[in-house]
Amino acid sequence: MTIEWGWFPDHADEMIRLTADHLATAVPAVLLGLLIALPLAVLAHRVRPLRAFVLGASNILYTIPSLAFFVLLLPVTGLTRTTAIVGLTAYTLVVLVRNTVEGLDAVPVKAREASRAMGTKPLRTLLTVELPLALPVIMAGVRVATVMSISLVSVASYIGYGGLGQLFTDGFQRNFPTPVVAGVVLTLLLALVADALLVTVQWLCTPWRRGTARPRAATSPFGKLPAALKLWKRA
Amino acid sequence: MLELLKNLASWLTSPAQWSGPEGIAARVLEHLEYSVLATLAAAVIALPVGLLIGHTGRGAFLAVNLSSFGRALPTVGLVTLVFLAGGLSVWPVYVSLVALAVPVIITNTYAGMAAVDPEVKDAAKGVGLRGRQILWQVELPLALPLIMTGVRLATVQVVATATIAAYVSFGGLGRYVFDGLAQRDLVQVLGGAALVAVLAVVADLALGGLTRLLFRGRPATAR
Repeated sequence: MTIEWGWFPDHADEMIRLTADHLATAVPAVLLGLLIALPLAVLAHRVRPLRAFVLGASNILYTIPSLAFFVLLLPVTGLTRTTAIVGLTAYTLVVLVRNTVEGLDAVPVKAREASRAMGTKPLRTLLTVELPLALPVIMAGVRVATVMSISLVSVASYIGYGGLGQLFTDGFQRNFPTPVVAGVVLTLLLALVADALLVTVQWLCTPWRRGTARPRAATSPFGKLPAALKLWKRA
Repeated sequence: MLELLKNLASWLTSPAQWSGPEGIAARVLEHLEYSVLATLAAAVIALPVGLLIGHTGRGAFLAVNLSSFGRALPTVGLVTLVFLAGGLSVWPVYVSLVALAVPVIITNTYAGMAAVDPEVKDAAKGVGLRGRQILWQVELPLALPLIMTGVRLATVQVVATATIAAYVSFGGLGRYVFDGLAQRDLVQVLGGAALVAVLAVVADLALGGLTRLLFRGRPATAR
């Protein structure tokens, strides 16, 4: 397999356009996913009988092949970006709902009781005590969902909204590996950068965990804080 | 919508659709063949690596980061790349599916091993067990539930992703999805997708049952 290095500078514009396109599909999907997952998870956390149903339903969504998902949505949403976004949102729900429920479960009962004892209303306790305490686990889910969505966007290239996935179809049809390599590398880079950004956001949002906190091995997608961030922190 | 469901039901239940080399039964078998072989190959690669990392504690960074790398790797891109590099063979399918499953299994195996209480390991050392005995008799049994979770997760992903076999002109249930897509035949796409979903759920339940069998007689906390 030979790579034509000259292709890269010649197609810089196209790569930038497709990367922007890629983000324009992946980012709304995660945001929409969060918007749906948070209330669902709070419900599943509070109402026990709903819990198994909500978690089970989100697991089944996960087993439908992503390609089929996009096609199934075609009659409803047509050949538009919405189709890709809705399909991806469904996938993010699996991770987001599960992690949010787990995060809420892990909030110490005493923290909630203390807040209630001080006369705080349940909704306010949820917003100011429970959700912030659950934030690290929720953010771990957001990171996984983001990385997953960025990787899955390319599947939507069959319906014309695949972002960098367009490069795969292009290379496949012309029997030309170079754009495929570009697409794979750019997707990986995009996922890495997005994840690093989310780590920064989480660090900024949870000041009480600084210094003592170590990212949890099993849930954090890209592991420890990137070195650059540590330098920035020291400055 | 109702019309669509009716057509789908007749597509799924017509005997002609099920028989022959292009029939559903044959496609399910193909799909299973890709999925089972790929998952097995991935387990053979990933389990020893995960156990080694967990036992020695070396390479933990790799184990943790590998899972995100695997998640970020676009499978369609990978299958296209291996296909263009290696030509028409079933290899691209297996390479991509194994690449998808290996990180999941390694990470979960490592997580299971890391979750074993260090005091239990010290106790094992205290009663005179050697490194290898600790691994097989103490760490592995305690880590097994999380390891099996990893294998189940990998299996579901592989079954759902094995549709890509059809992308590089091989069979499996993806055939219906891609053919249906090309022919604008929604019923066929729906049928294929439904079959994949059912297969994935069945595989997950089967592995869940196997896990429960393995843990019969264990204290509930070990599950």
